[in-house]
Amino acid sequence: MDMWRNKRLTRPLWLLLLLCGAAGAAFADAQNANSQNAASPNTCVDCHSAMDAPLKVTAEQFAQDIHAQRGLGCVSCHGGDASKDDPDEAMGKAAGFRGKIKRTDIPALCGKCHSDAAYMRQHNPSLRTDQLSQYQTSVHGKLLAKGDTNVAVCVDCHGVHDLRPPKDPRSPVYPANVAATCAHCHADPNHMKAYKIPTDQFEKYKASAHYEALTVRGDLSAPNCATCHGNHGAAPPGVDTVQNVCSTCHVFQAQLFASSPHKAAFQAASMPGCITCHSNHKIVHTSDAMLGTGKGSVCMDCHSEGDAGYKAAAEMAQQLGQLTADAKNADELVTKAQDSGMEVSEARTELDQTRDSLTKARVTIHSLDVARVNQDVQAGLKTTAKAQQEGKAALAERDFRRKGLGLALIAILIMLVGLGMYIRQIEKS
Amino acid sequence: MLNVIRKWLDERFGWEELMAPLRHKKVPLHKFSAWYFLGGMTLFLFGIQVVTGILLLLYYRPSANEAFESVQYIMTRVQFGWLIRSIHSWSANLMIFFAFAHMFSVAFLRAYRKPRELTWVSGMLLLFLVLGFGFSGYLLPWNTLAFFATKVGTEITGQVPLIGRQTMVFLRGGEEVTGATLTRFFGFHVALLPGITTVLLLLHIALIQRFGMSAPPSVEAEWAAHPEKKREMSFFPNFMLRELMAWYIALGILGALAAIAPWELGAKADPFAAAPAGIKPEWYFLFMFQTLKLIPAKVGFIDGEILGVLLFGLAGLLWLLLPFFDRGDKRSARWTMGALVFVVAYVVAMTVYGHVAK
Amino acid sequence: MEMQEHPEVQPGRRRLAQFILGGGFLASVISFLYPVLRYLVPPILPDLGGDEVVAGKVGELKPNSYKIFRFGSHPGLLVYTADNQYRAMSATCTHLSCTVQYRSDLREVWCACHNGMYDLNGRNISGPPPRPLDAYQVHVRGDEIIVSRKREA
Repeated sequence: MDMWRNKRLTRPLWLLLLLCGAAGAAFADAQNANSQNAASPNTCVDCHSAMDAPLKVTAEQFAQDIHAQRGLGCVSCHGGDASKDDPDEAMGKAAGFRGKIKRTDIPALCGKCHSDAAYMRQHNPSLRTDQLSQYQTSVHGKLLAKGDTNVAVCVDCHGVHDLRPPKDPRSPVYPANVAATCAHCHADPNHMKAYKIPTDQFEKYKASAHYEALTVRGDLSAPNCATCHGNHGAAPPGVDTVQNVCSTCHVFQAQLFASSPHKAAFQAASMPGCITCHSNHKIVHTSDAMLGTGKGSVCMDCHSEGDAGYKAAAEMAQQLGQLTADAKNADELVTKAQDSGMEVSEARTELDQTRDSLTKARVTIHSLDVARVNQDVQAGLKTTAKAQQEGKAALAERDFRRKGLGLALIAILIMLVGLGMYIRQIEKS
Repeated sequence: MLNVIRKWLDERFGWEELMAPLRHKKVPLHKFSAWYFLGGMTLFLFGIQVVTGILLLLYYRPSANEAFESVQYIMTRVQFGWLIRSIHSWSANLMIFFAFAHMFSVAFLRAYRKPRELTWVSGMLLLFLVLGFGFSGYLLPWNTLAFFATKVGTEITGQVPLIGRQTMVFLRGGEEVTGATLTRFFGFHVALLPGITTVLLLLHIALIQRFGMSAPPSVEAEWAAHPEKKREMSFFPNFMLRELMAWYIALGILGALAAIAPWELGAKADPFAAAPAGIKPEWYFLFMFQTLKLIPAKVGFIDGEILGVLLFGLAGLLWLLLPFFDRGDKRSARWTMGALVFVVAYVVAMTVYGHVAK
Repeated sequence: MEMQEHPEVQPGRRRLAQFILGGGFLASVISFLYPVLRYLVPPILPDLGGDEVVAGKVGELKPNSYKIFRFGSHPGLLVYTADNQYRAMSATCTHLSCTVQYRSDLREVWCACHNGMYDLNGRNISGPPPRPLDAYQVHVRGDEIIVSRKREA
C-alpha cells in the first residue's frame, strides 16, 4: 500500500493516464469524423438529410453504404461540389452536377468503375468486372437498350445510398433475399402487364424444396432465382439447356438421365429435361409416389399401360417400395427394442446405411435401368436385414434379462419366505 | 460350523465381548417403529453403491474423450454391465430418497433431542455428502443432460456472494465446464467424498450405538407412566433379520428397475451446442431449482438468484442446528413440528411443481 | 445365529424353515454373484477407447483407393493415396449427411448427393458443403491401420 505514496512511481502513472485520455479523445474524434463522409465536409447530406423522400438521404443511411466506406461520396456519382453551402454552387453545371441519374444511364454509370479492372483492383481485386457486359446480354439489359425503363437496373436490386455487399444478410441480393427482390417486380401483375410472362414464379418457388432449404435450414448453397437464371445476365436458361443448370449440383442424376432413353426422347419432343417431371419453380420434395403407375406418378403423363416405359416404371416402383417397407419394418423393430431400454446404436448405424442406399436408389432411377436400380435396392435390403437381426437380438436380450430377473426374484422370494418363517419360529415364546 | 468360527475369533479377539453391546441393543416397539428401518436401508443402499461403483471403476474412463464411450461400452459390451450400471444409477436415487426420508422421520420423531444432537449433525452432514455424491456422479457419463445440469448447478454456486466465484472455479477446475471438471468430479466422487463419508458414517453409527435407539416423546411419556406397557425387540437377531428382509426386497426392486427400466445413455455432451430447452436438474435438486426460478430477478436491491441461494444456505444452517433450538418443552415441540410440516410440504410441493413445469 | 430352543415348534417345521432359508439364501447369493462374476471377465472385444478404431489391415487397399469403416456409430473414410499415404476423415457429408466417397479419377473426396467436393485434408473445396470433414489421424501398428480422433482439451 505504501507504493501509492511513492511519488517517483505515481508521477509516471499520472502521465500514462493523461496519454491514455488523449489517445481516447483522438480516437473518438476519428470515429466521429468517419461517420461523416471520409474526413471531408459533405454539404449534400447536410441538406438532403432534412428533406422528405425520395430526396432524403441521411448520414446514418449513407454510412452503411459500401462505396461510402471505401471513400467515395455523393459527387462520385452525382457530380457537384460537396464543399459548397450554396445550392447553386454545389449543384451547378460548373461543378459538373448530374442531378438524378436517368434510369437508362445507370448501368453505364456503375460500369464506369465496376468494369474498369485496373480501378477495381485498387479496392477489391477479387471482384468480377464483367457485370455490365453480362447485363447487356440479359433480358433486362436488352429491353433497357430499346428504351424500356420499366426493367431492373443496378440500383433496383442492389439498393442505392445504403448499398451493402451481397454477403451482408441485409443486402437485397444476399442469397436468402434474392427471390424476394426479384419478386418485387416479377410478382407484380401491374408491373409485368406489358411483358406477357407469368407472375406466379415467386409463389411457386416459395413452395419448393430449394426455398425451404434456403430459408428454413439456412443452406446458402440452395438455388435462388439468380443461381439458375444468372444474376447480371439474367435470362431463362432455355428448354434445351436447362438440365445443364440443374446438373451443376445434381450431377449424378443428370449423368444418368443423359445416358437414359429419355434424353433423346425428350430432345425430340422439345421437352425441357429435368423440368418435365420436376417443374422449374415449384420444385417440391420428391416422393416415391412420383415413380410408378399409380396416382401422382409423373411417368403416367406420357406412358400408358402395355408400353416398355410403363413396365419399367412399375418394376422400379415395386423395388423401391420393397426397400422402403423393409426399412420401415426394421425401424419399427429397432425402436421397439429401444423403447424397452435396450441399446441399439449398432442397429441404428445399419439403418443409416439403409437411408444411404435408398437415396442412391432414388437417384439411379433416372437411368431408367431396372437392373441398376435393383443393385442398389439389394444392397439396401442387406442393411435392413442386418438391422432387423440387430433389432431381434436386442429384443431377445431384453427377454433374457426379464427371465433372469424372474429367476432372481424367485430366489429373493424364497429367501423372504425363509426369513419370515425363521423369524416367526425364533419369536414363538 | 458357525460355532467353530465364533470360538476361533473369540479366543483371539474377544469376539463375544465385542459383540456383547450388539446383543444387548434393543429396538423400542411402538406405532412408529416402522420408521426405524430407514436408516439401515440408507446404509444398505450406500453399500450397494460402493460395490457397484467399484465394479464400474473396472471399465469406466474419466476423460471427456472416453467417458461416454466407456459407459456405452459397459452398457452394451460388458457382460451384465447394463445391470451393474443401472443398479448404480437407480440405487443412487433410492438412497437419496431414503436419506431424506430417514432425516425427516428422525425430525418428526424428535430423535435429535439431547443427548443425540451430534448424531443429528453428523447425519445432516452425511446428507449433504450424499447430495454431493449425486451431483458429482451425475456428470460422469458425460452426456448432454449431465453436462448442462452441471453447468447450471455450478453457475448457481457461483452466485454466492464473496466466495461463490472461487468455489465455482474450484468445482469446475476452471472457468467453464470441461474435461477438467470431469476429472475433478471423478476424484470427488470416488476418493474425496467416500473418504469423508466413511469417517462421518463411522461416527454416526458409533453415536447411535452409544446412545441406543430413541423413542418419540409421547411414547417415552407413556412408558414412564406405565412401565408395564413398554415393549422392545432385540436388535440382534430379530430386528436385523427383519432389516435383512427389507434389504432383500430392495434388491428385488433394484433388479426389476434395472431390467425393465434401464438407465438411459443419452447423447454424448457437446460443449459447443446450445443447452436443450427446459433443462432441469435431477429430482432431488428440483425444489431448490424451482424456487430460484420463481424468485423475481430483483428483490429490492438484491439480485433474486443470490437471495435465493443465501436463503437456502441459511435454511440449511438452521436445519443443521435444529437440535439446539429444541429445548424439550411443549413450545419447542410445536414450533419444530410446525417448521417440519412446512419444510416437508414445501419440498414435496416444489419438487412436484418443478417436475410438471415446462 | 443363535438357535433358541422352542419346544412348541416341531422339529419338522424348523427343519423346513432352515431348509427354505438356506436354499433361498444360496439361490439369491448365486443370482447376485453370477452376474458380478461374469462382469469381471473382460469382453472379447476390447474397448480401444472412444477415439480409436482399427480401420483395416495393411495391404487391404490398393494405392489410389478407399474404404468406408465404422468409427463409433458413424462412417469414416480411409484413403490410400497414389503416393502410398493413408488419409482418414469423417465420411458424413457436412451438407445433408450423405456418405461421401473417394474419387480415384479426381483424387478428391466427393459427395454424390449434391456434387460436394473435399480435398484429402477434409477441407470443403466446392459445392454446397458448408464445413470441412473432421480429419482423423492414421497410425500403422504392426499390420493394423489405426484411425484416431484428435484429442479434446
